[in-house]
Amino acid sequence: MLQTVESRERADIASSFRDQYLKAFRFMVLSRVLDEKMASLYRGGKIHGGVFLGRGQEALSVSVGLALRKGDIFAPLIRDGAGRLAFGESVLDAVRTYFGSAAGPMRGRDGNVHRGRPRDGLFSMISHLGAMISVVNGALLARRYKKIEGTVGATCIGDGGTSTGAFHEALNQAAVEKLPLVLVVANNQYAYSTPNSRQFACRDLADKAIGYGVTAHKVDGTDLEKCLHTLQDAVAQARAGGGPQLVVAQLLRLCGHGEHDKAEYISAQFKQSPVGRDCMKVAEEYLRALGWADASAIRKFREDATLEVEQAVAQAQREPGPDVAAENWCALASRHLSERFETPDPAA
Amino acid sequence: MSITYLEAIREAQARALADDPRVFIYGQDVGAFGGAFKATKNLAVEFPGRVMDAPISEDAMVGAAIGAAIEGLRPIVEMQFADFSTPGLNQIINHAATLHWRTNVPCPITIRLPSGGTSGGGPFHSQSMEAIYAHYPGLIVMTPATVEDAYSMLLEAVAIDDPVIFCEHKLLYYHLKAEGLPTEAMPVGKAHIHRPGRDLTIVAYSAMLHEALAAAEEMAGEGVEIEVVDLRTIKPLDTDTVVASVARTGRLLCVGEAWPWGGVTAEVIARVATEGFDLLDAPPQRLNAKDTPIPYHPNLWAVHRPTARSIAAAARNLLRM
Repeated sequence: MLQTVESRERADIASSFRDQYLKAFRFMVLSRVLDEKMASLYRGGKIHGGVFLGRGQEALSVSVGLALRKGDIFAPLIRDGAGRLAFGESVLDAVRTYFGSAAGPMRGRDGNVHRGRPRDGLFSMISHLGAMISVVNGALLARRYKKIEGTVGATCIGDGGTSTGAFHEALNQAAVEKLPLVLVVANNQYAYSTPNSRQFACRDLADKAIGYGVTAHKVDGTDLEKCLHTLQDAVAQARAGGGPQLVVAQLLRLCGHGEHDKAEYISAQFKQSPVGRDCMKVAEEYLRALGWADASAIRKFREDATLEVEQAVAQAQREPGPDVAAENWCALASRHLSERFETPDPAA
Repeated sequence: MSITYLEAIREAQARALADDPRVFIYGQDVGAFGGAFKATKNLAVEFPGRVMDAPISEDAMVGAAIGAAIEGLRPIVEMQFADFSTPGLNQIINHAATLHWRTNVPCPITIRLPSGGTSGGGPFHSQSMEAIYAHYPGLIVMTPATVEDAYSMLLEAVAIDDPVIFCEHKLLYYHLKAEGLPTEAMPVGKAHIHRPGRDLTIVAYSAMLHEALAAAEEMAGEGVEIEVVDLRTIKPLDTDTVVASVARTGRLLCVGEAWPWGGVTAEVIARVATEGFDLLDAPPQRLNAKDTPIPYHPNLWAVHRPTARSIAAAARNLLRM
C-alpha cells in the first residue's frame, strides 16, 4: 500500500518535472527565435542602437524566471531574454522597446535590453554592472518593512560584473540584512572581450560566497535539467529564510557582446569543450532521449514561436515612434518643479 | 524656546516619520548612535524598525533606497558627509535621476548631504556638491540657509515624488538658531529676498547667505543698500526673482562656497546675462572658493572660501565699475 503511494508520488513528480521542462524549453525556443529575429532586423538596419542576445544562456536564464512566482522581483540583465519571458514579459514589450515604439513600456525613451515594468516586479536595468543588485535588496527590504512575507528577489550578472564595487557592496548588504536574494552569475567566460584570467584570480567565483556569508550553488549552465533544479533549490532556500543565495553557472556566450561584435576572441578550445555546448541542443537531445518530445513536436514549438514573434514585429513596426511634439521634455515626476530654461532658443 | 538648524533637521525627520508610515531612514550610524552629527538622535527609539544602520556602502545605500521607492516607500538616506556621496554617485545620477523618465515610476528618495566647510574639516569633510547634482536632469537640489527652511524644505523633500539632494550646511548646525519651528513656508523653487536694497544684488545660498548678509550690514554703514537674494533651491533655480532684483539694482554679485568652474554662480550669471543683459550697469561678478582642494588649517581655510569681508570687498569693486 505504502509502496503504491510512493510510486504514484514519484510518477507525479516525474510528470510535473516533464511539464516544467517542456515549459522551460518552449520559453527557450521563443527567446532564441526572438533573438534571431532581432539580429536579422539589426543586420537589415531596422534597429536603432545595439542588439544583445542571450544565445547560449537560455537554460540558465529561463530557470531563474520559472523559479520565481507572481509577486516576486526580477532584475534581469543583458542576456536574460528567456528569463524575462518566463517571468511574464511579453514578446511585444521586447519588440516594442527595440523599435522604440511609443506604445512600449519605455516609450522610446530607452531601448533594447533596458526595459521593464518595475511596478510588476520586473525591474529595468541600467547599464552600469552590479547596480541592480542593491535595488533588488531595497525592494526586498521594503517588502519586509511592509510585512509582506514570502517574496524572493532574483537578479543576474556576468563574470565581469562580479569585479564591480557595486557587486561587493550589494552582496554584503544582502548578507547583513539576510535578504531573500538570489544572485545568479552567468560565467560566460568573457566580459566583452576580456577572459576570466584578466577578470578575477579566485579559483571559482562560487568561492566568493563564503566571504560574504552566503550560500553558494554551482551549476552547469548548458544543462537545463540541472539549471531548473539548482534555481528551484536556491529560490526555495531564499524563500524559506536561508538568506542570500549565490548561483554560479558555467557556460559560454555563443554570440558577440552585441550583434556588432564578431567575437573572434573566443577561443576554439572553449567552443569545443563541454562549457561551449549549446544549451538548446542539449535540451533537445534530452527531450528526445526521454521521449518527451520528438522532432516534429520540437519543430512545432519553433513554428509557434516564430508566429508569435512575427506577429509582434508586424504590430510594433506599424506603430509610430514617439511624437516629438508631444514629448514634455520633463525628467521630473513633479512637473511644476521642472527647470524652465526660458532663454529664447538661439537656434529657433 | 530656541531651536538650532540641526535640531530642525532632526525634528523634520521625526515629523516625517510620524506623519507618513512610508518614510524610513537609512545611513551609517543613524540608528541607536543617532548619526555622526546626531541628526537622527533618538529616532530609532521613537520609531522602532524605521531607522536602519547601513554598512559603509554608499552605492548600495542609494540603490536600496531606489528599490524601496519603487515599492512605494519614501526613504531618507543620510550620507555621513556630502563628500562621501561620490561612491554613491552612480546610483544617484544614473539610476534615481533617470528612473521616472525611463519607466514612469517615480523615485521619491531624499538624500541628506552634510555639506560645506568647517574649520579643520580638510579636503574630504568640507565639500559643497550641489553643482554636480544640479547638472543631472531628474534631481531636485535644495540648499537651505535658515532654520525655518531646513525644517520645512526637508519635509517638502520627503513629500516630493522625485529624488531630492538635500544639502544641509554643517557650519550652521549648532550656531544658527530660531525661536521655533515654522508653521508655513515658501513654495519649493522660490528664491527669497532676504534683505531689500537698491544699489547691488548679491545672490547667495546656504551658509554664504549669512556671509552676504553680514557684508550687506557692514556696507549699510557706508550708505550702500545691498539686496540679498537667497536661492533656497539650486534646482529648480528661480531665475525670475534674480532677474527682477537685478532690474532694480543693475548690479549682480553671485556668491558660492563651492568651486567656481561650471558651478551655481556661473549658471546664475549665464542666465542673467542672456535674459537680462540690458538690465546690467556693470559686468556681473562672482565670488567662489579658491580652485584648490579645501585646506585643513583654519588660517588657510578662512581665506579659501568667501567671507563677509571678501564679499564686501567684491561689492565695493563692483560699485565702482
